[in-house]
Amino acid sequence: MRLKDLFKGVVVALPLFVLMACSTTQEDSDATATTSGPSTEVVEPADEAAETSVAEPVLTPEQERELQQAELRKQHIIYFEFDKSDVQNRFADILDAHAAYLRANTQVKVLIEGHADERGTPEYNIALSERRAKAVAMYLQGLGVLDSQISIVAYGEEKPVDTSRTEDAFAKNRRAVLVY
Amino acid sequence: MKRLLIATLGILLSFASSWSFAALEIVITEGMSEARPVAVVPFKSLDGKVPPTDLAEVVASDLRRSGRFNPVDIQQMPQTPSSSTEVNFEAWAILGVEAVVVGTTRMQPDGNYVVNYELVDVIRGKELNGGKPMLKDRKLVEDTGFVLSQGQRAVKPRQMRQYAHLISDRVFLSLTGQRGAFLTRIAYVVVNHNAKVPFQLMVADYDGYNETPLVRSKEPIMSPNWSPDGKKLAYVTFEKRKSEIYIQDIYTAKRTKLTTFEGINGAPQWSPDGKKIAMVLSKDGNPDIYVMDIETKALTRVTNHRAIDTEPSWSPDGQSLVFTSERGGKPQIYRVHLATGKVVRLTFDGEMNLGGSISPSGEELIMVNRTRGRYHIAKQDLTSGVMQVLTQTRLDESPSLAPNGSMIIYSTLHGQRQVLGMVSIDGRFKARLPAADGEVRAPAWSPYLY
Repeated sequence: MRLKDLFKGVVVALPLFVLMACSTTQEDSDATATTSGPSTEVVEPADEAAETSVAEPVLTPEQERELQQAELRKQHIIYFEFDKSDVQNRFADILDAHAAYLRANTQVKVLIEGHADERGTPEYNIALSERRAKAVAMYLQGLGVLDSQISIVAYGEEKPVDTSRTEDAFAKNRRAVLVY
Repeated sequence: MKRLLIATLGILLSFASSWSFAALEIVITEGMSEARPVAVVPFKSLDGKVPPTDLAEVVASDLRRSGRFNPVDIQQMPQTPSSSTEVNFEAWAILGVEAVVVGTTRMQPDGNYVVNYELVDVIRGKELNGGKPMLKDRKLVEDTGFVLSQGQRAVKPRQMRQYAHLISDRVFLSLTGQRGAFLTRIAYVVVNHNAKVPFQLMVADYDGYNETPLVRSKEPIMSPNWSPDGKKLAYVTFEKRKSEIYIQDIYTAKRTKLTTFEGINGAPQWSPDGKKIAMVLSKDGNPDIYVMDIETKALTRVTNHRAIDTEPSWSPDGQSLVFTSERGGKPQIYRVHLATGKVVRLTFDGEMNLGGSISPSGEELIMVNRTRGRYHIAKQDLTSGVMQVLTQTRLDESPSLAPNGSMIIYSTLHGQRQVLGMVSIDGRFKARLPAADGEVRAPAWSPYLY
């Protein structure tokens, strides 16, 4: 339960959320609730002689791993090389974290969006972006995530995050996004 | 050449104010020296009532944009005749002008205008003494064979531009022997990423006027393609967070869902007989080419390859499809014969070739060529295999041919924005159609509309 709450907080904090704001009003209200929670616990003005502070709780190894993975799951975008669809090693930890969460919560479904940069033709990029989304899906399945938990949509070059058409922008647009 | 270009620009600038209604505005980026000089004389209003459209300006712009003609500047005209009998053939011949379009307008009581036009051959006119009696083989004859085309019609004010395009079509046919494609339309997608409803499917006259939105969506719209009768569009929409192919009647707005298979439903292309639609589906694993019978929904798989196959396009005879495949490593264009299933590779120049379509003559392949990382529109002679790159703009994609094969409309980058570009099939004439707002993508040139 706690993990799930944490996770919601994670999801809403993501930049991608901005893109999807129109269709996810429910998450929106969740977002305000979850993100404003911790910051309201303001320490009261020190009008007393003594101040109180908190000690770091001791985490069990499981809790520690949980936190670590939740942290990793904040990252939900996998980037690709030009005209490539293989998942690079540097994203292994992130995908492991997502896979662990999905394995532990088999009722949770994930949508993998495939995207391409604006080079090449729109139709070819649709195909390329589907291949990227599928590469991520296969990676997760290889880690035990159920086929029924995963769906895919290929957006090609139709939904860039950066439209400035620089090399940096292209790199940002070549991506697969995990949407819960 | 330079002077000509400046003169051209001058004309364009002087007309710019009357173009304010166009959402897309054509800017000519490159002229050409070998265009044939012609003249379109401003139409004379016989009653002082000026029609809402400057007919001569529309006709002159059409002819210039074809890349084949260079209409002379109004300031350079030796006279402004309004009928063939007033034309001073000698004066036009000295300028090197080979044909002159003249005309008149008169408003009727019902508010419509009677438009009259004539296309005059200057050289013939000179030879035939302007139709006045002359001696030929010792006989006195009158010959008005120098009037190549003429017409008269009562036109509603809002249809004035269409009638001007029709005049252009006839002038073009008379002077080139080839049918004009000026009374045609384009479909395209406008994207405003910051808008609440970012995606719009539009239809406009080929020159950007009379823009009409057909579909508005929060999710992407792609790949509009015209039915051969010019009455319907097939397109891809993501409005249900997945790709689906729809067919929409552009006059009634009635639309039907054609496909909603799992995975990609993309790149719909109407067959020349209008009965089938070629498309890309990935329902059986990865993207392959299929043909669907629109009436029965019966599906035929055309390609079956583990590589990406996409962008089907019909040959004019409907017997084969060209398509993009990366079966050879990088995307190249192949042709599949539908009866036999035999596949032949067509392109070999450059790192990649994509988005192929065959010209109406069946002789040329139009495509996107990638050479040294740059994407340009190119054509390849299907007999000799010789390829020619036609554009120098950036990130060119989605080329679509005019129904007479004379011009290509495509999407390209200008500054930071995606706009539509036009290039003549010989690559000599180039123009840009910047949009008033947003990015413009996926242009599709309509078939002939009459």
